Formats: sequence, C-alpha cells, structure tokens
Amino acid sequence: MRITVGKGSCGIAAGALEIFELLKSGASEKQLDCPVTATGCVGMCYLEPIVNIIEDDGFVRTYVKVNAEAAGEILKSAAGEQNRAEEYAIADEDAAGLKSQSRVALKNCGIINPESIDEYLAQDGYAAARKCIGEMTPERVIEEVKISGIGGRGGAGFPTWFKWNAARASAGEKKYVICNADEGDPGAFMDRALIEGDPHAVIEGMLIAAYAIGSDEGVVYVRAEYPLAIERLEKAIGQAKERGFLGKNIFGGGFSFNLRIKAGAGAFVCGEETALIASLEGERGMPRLKPPFPAQKGFWGKPSNINNVETYANIPWIMRNGGAAFSAMGTESSKGTKVFALTGKIAKGGLVEAPMGGSIREVIFGVGGGIKDGKAFKAVQMGGPSGGCIPAELSDTLIDYRALAETGAIMGSGGMVVMDETTCMVDMARFFLDFTCRESCGKCVHCRIGTRRMLEIMERICDGKGADGDIEQLTGLADEIKNGALCALGQTAPNPVLTTLRYFKNEYEDHIYRKKCTAHACKALLSYEIDAERCTGCTLCARKCPADAISGERKLPHKIDMNKCIKCGKCAEVCRFDAVAID
Amino acid sequence: MECKCQTEMIPKFADAAIDISPLLPVLEAYSGVQGSLITVLQKAQELYGYLPADLLAYIARRLGVAPAKVMGVVSFYTQFRTKPAGKHLILICQGTACHVNGSAEIERAVREYLGVEEGEISKDGLFSYNNVACLGCCSLSPVMMIGDKTYGALTGKSVAKILKEIEKEEAE
Repeated sequence: MRITVGKGSCGIAAGALEIFELLKSGASEKQLDCPVTATGCVGMCYLEPIVNIIEDDGFVRTYVKVNAEAAGEILKSAAGEQNRAEEYAIADEDAAGLKSQSRVALKNCGIINPESIDEYLAQDGYAAARKCIGEMTPERVIEEVKISGIGGRGGAGFPTWFKWNAARASAGEKKYVICNADEGDPGAFMDRALIEGDPHAVIEGMLIAAYAIGSDEGVVYVRAEYPLAIERLEKAIGQAKERGFLGKNIFGGGFSFNLRIKAGAGAFVCGEETALIASLEGERGMPRLKPPFPAQKGFWGKPSNINNVETYANIPWIMRNGGAAFSAMGTESSKGTKVFALTGKIAKGGLVEAPMGGSIREVIFGVGGGIKDGKAFKAVQMGGPSGGCIPAELSDTLIDYRALAETGAIMGSGGMVVMDETTCMVDMARFFLDFTCRESCGKCVHCRIGTRRMLEIMERICDGKGADGDIEQLTGLADEIKNGALCALGQTAPNPVLTTLRYFKNEYEDHIYRKKCTAHACKALLSYEIDAERCTGCTLCARKCPADAISGERKLPHKIDMNKCIKCGKCAEVCRFDAVAID
Repeated sequence: MECKCQTEMIPKFADAAIDISPLLPVLEAYSGVQGSLITVLQKAQELYGYLPADLLAYIARRLGVAPAKVMGVVSFYTQFRTKPAGKHLILICQGTACHVNGSAEIERAVREYLGVEEGEISKDGLFSYNNVACLGCCSLSPVMMIGDKTYGALTGKSVAKILKEIEKEEAE
C-alpha cells in the first residue's frame, strides 16, 4: 500500500505541502509500511488537496479537500483502524467525470510521482524512444506522426509532422529541438500541469523529435512564473542523463541528445516562435518575418523545430500505440485529444482531456459541472487574448479547429474561461485589449499604436464616456491591425473586441447610448440608491462611505448624494439589510 | 568630446551597499557564452533583488555589449526590476480567470493594507506588490504569490490575514 498526495502548484496552494508532511510523519508514527509520495495535478483543481490510498492490487481510494483532520482519518484507514475517512471520499459523480476523460497527454498526471523516473519507466516510459531509435528510421518516425494527424497544441494546430519533416529536410549538421513552455495565455495552465505532473513525457517526446529531425541539442523555454515546473524538469533531466536517456550514444544506437532549460523572463509575445528564438539568444523577444521559417533558419540561424509542451507529451503515446490509434479519436480536421483548462465562473474548474469533436456544452456542463453558484451561462472565452468569446447560444459548437474558427474564436492552447451573467462582455474585451496592448513588443506600428487607440476607446466606453461612432471606429481599427501586424499577437489582438461586437453588440450599445452596464461590472456606469423600505438607519454605510456621500438620521432611511458618490460600492458591500440597490 | 563609454565604466557605484563580488563568478561563467545576457540578468536580480543602473552598466561592459542593449532587454521583460522591491514581493495575478473572479478587489485590498501603490515599498520595508499576467493557478482564482508560495481563492479579508501573518512572523 502507498499514499499519494497531489503536489501540483494548485494542490500546494490549497495546502498540499502541510498535508503531505502530516501524512508522512503520521505514517512513520504509526509505523505503517506505507510510503507517502507526491504526484502531479490530476486535473480536479476544485477538489485539492487530493490524497490517494493505493492498495497493492492497484485499488485506489481517493480523498478530496483533505484538511488536517481528514489526514488523520486517512492514516487511520491506512492502518486498518476505525475511521471516518469515508466522509472525505471523492463523490461518485466526480470520480465518474475523471473516468469519462480520454487521457493521452495527461495519462500519468496525478498518477505517478513526477520526481521519480522509475515510476515513469513503470508506465512504459522511454519505451517509445527506445523503439524509435532502436527500430525505426527517422523517416518512419515522421511518417507515424503524420498518420496520427496531430497538430501543434500551442494554438494554431499546424501539422506536427510537416514541421519535423521540414527541419529534417533542411541542410546543415547542427539542428535544434525547442520546447515552447512559455505558456502566456492568461487562463491556461495545461503546460504547467504537464511539466509538473509528467516531465519525462515531455523529455521523451523531445528526444523522439530530435531523433526524427537529426538534432543533438534541445532547449525547453519555460516561463519564469513556473518555478515548480522548472524544478521538476531540472530533476527529470538529471535523472534521464543518469540513466542514459539523454547524453551520448543513447540506447547504444550512436545517437546523442542533450537537453537544457532556459527560463523566460516574462513576455507574452515570446510564445511566438521567432520571438522565442530571439529571447533564447538573449535579445528582446521580438518576432521577425517568416520565411525563413525556424525549420530552415531558427536558433542561431540553424534549422530548429519548435513544438508546444502538450504536443511533445503526446508523442510517446502515439509511438507506443501507433498513429492510427491517435487519429481514430477526434474529427476529420482535428485528430486526437486536447487538454482544456476550465476556469472562470465554472463549478468544477481544472484540467480536462477529451477527444476533439465534443461540444462546448458537453465540456462545461459535463465534466465542468456547469456554472458556479447556479448563475446563468453567458459565454466562454477560448484561445486567450488571441481568441474570442463564444456566446451561450452557440454552445453546441464542436471543439474542432475549423468549427471554432467559424465562430471567430480559436482553439488556442485550450484555455476555456467561462463567464456568467455578472461578467460584462465590454469589460472583458477591454481586459484582453489591455493585455495585448501592454504585451505588444512595439515592432509594428499597427499593433503598438493601434491597440492603444482601441484600448482608449474601450476604456472610454466602460467609463460611461462612449460616443456615437465608437463601434465603427473600433471595427475600422481592428481591421487595420489585423492586416498591418507582422505576428499572430497583433493579427489576433482585435479578436476579443470583434467577437464580443458580433455576439454582444447590445451590451456595447447599452454602454454607449444608455450609459448602462447590465452586468453591473463597469463601476462608472452604476448608480446606487438606498431602498427606504429596507434601510433601518443603522448608519453603517454612512460611516464606511469614503466620500461622505451618505447622510441620514439614526434609525431613519439614509440617502446617497450621487454628486459626491464615487461609485466604490462600499455601501452595498457593508449593508446587512440588502437596502442598497445598484442599477 | 571623446567617447569614454569604454573607459569610465568601472564600478563606481553611487550606492555603496552594492558589492560586486557575488556577481563576479556569474560573469566569469557566462563571459564567453553567446546569448547569455538574460540569464546573467536573472542571476544578478536573484543576488541583488533588483537591477541598479550602475550594475547594468558594469554587466554591459563585462559582456561586451552596449549599455543601451542591456537596458533594452531589461525594459522588455516584466521580470526585471530597476527599483528595489520589498522583502516580500507580492505578485497579484491579473489573468483572465482572476479578473473574472475579482482580482481588482484583491489589488485594492493589498494596496489599502500596505498603503502603497504598485511597485512601491511599504513603510516597514517588508512588502511591495506588482500586478502580473497569469500565474497559471486559474482554478484557484483569484490568486497571488508571495515568494514561492501561491495563495488561492482570495478575498479582501483573507489577503489582510495573510499579510498580517507574515508581519507577525517577521516581528518574531
């Protein structure tokens, strides 16, 4: 028997480290023959900290939202003493949600100890690399990737085999394999969870890619904001070197490959491959014109293959099970499975892996458990700042590169931020524009200045200073930026505005012409009024009001002076009688 | 006037507290390595907590690149600071999920508690805060990070409690 504790970043933030220590010390106190080990994130972030008791026959009991008391009960259960651990057992519905997923990239996440190469090896780890290097020609490896139909999981879905083939075909002795782990999309964390939960899968995928294109050197470019991912990956690389999976003459086949980590320094644009290369070279991460593509001229001018973390993590599975098994899942235009990060106003936030081709509704209302606090589903933002908002009425849209593109959104890296009736779509679009505007590298005028102009208009609208003609100006600017920017960051920056204009134009008009924010999110557009019937004259709001805008006698209804009111909402927040009406 | 940028750039730091010696092994290790500027800057910031202008000029000279280029890189990436941070640096996540779940309120709570604006150090020198793009803990939003520790599912109240806790630890 052994006990595992989910120690991904999400688990740790929920208190997994303390639980881990409690279980460890408790197990030794009770003299249990039961090692306590860590695993990565299983994806059910809303249930963290998660603890498993795994029997020798493989039977698993899962406990969720484990606190100190629960840890004690779990230990009693492990020791065969009378206990109340059952109270913390995972609900059948949640367990079924996990079972219903098709796990390829996340296969080992939350199952194995990411810091133990032996546990990875026990799951057929490095068998795929051994098979490729020992038995297959590089061409044959690329052919298998082609059969799988896998497309780049970072966003664009570009056929992976094509990139590999192009890098292989490029002339030159020196070639590089690069892993893009600069997961910058706000609202996406699949790459973090993958590296934290199963770093060897990423290493093995890169190793296979290196063999296929003929490279002897690889770099993983990881965001500096992911210290735990960097630490686990470092450890994994060290272990792989020790066992001879990295280094010289791997598997005795004369093939050599070395891998190192480069920590990013915080720039969203570095997710763009040419910007990433510039950053790897120690420069400002600014994209350059393609062609030449990185496969021809990349890192230090040498042919380089760049794939996303999730793409590499899928490769070992594809090589073990065959490309056909992968392409059997998904749709005609989108093969295999995809990992999604479900966040925002969702009941069960976390990571989900499902075959392509399911509907948005299935993901949000199935595994995702619907909307938090029983509110109404309004829209889902897919593809981060480059993507768009898909409204509730289109939630039967299939998750497929083509079908999503038709809505104006994109698959992106798989972030799904769910919004409910309290989310203002105009504010949402402003938020994304603010992000891309700040993250614009400044190279292209359209992106640098165009996004700034659009942002100014959006800010004005949210501030209640919108004017007739603003919508036309926004669409005009959006069009120019799409056409005038060099890289995907600029070309897609207007998407959040365009999609919200397409599906939620009424909200823009409410803001501009009626000076109303129906979601009650844009503070400048709100007005506060005290309901005389409900107000008991407790004076709390008057005392808390930072602008001294509330007056009234004790035990008599109070009044807000709207000329003084700064619309901070403090009165509504502190009122115990629900007497402050917001419009 | 003759160009003196090569000759006058000996470490003559305005801030006498800056001791160059811990950085020397780093510069030694990376002096011949192509493309190592970002790594050197990251290590320097780790050592000094921020990147003072004098230090940047010194790094430029040692690596043999123009000071303007060093400054260009420093100003490009959000990780680099040219002003000192508080002993505990608070990173408030402003990612999409956190935004939807009220990160603006979290920032307000931190700002009011510390009584400083973004990037400034609190009076006791213990804290400073910065807004950052996604920290990748979206399912726990709103989130902030202090040091290596991530705090999730925050409210204005829990923020104050967390900061108070750290103050208490510091006082002991």
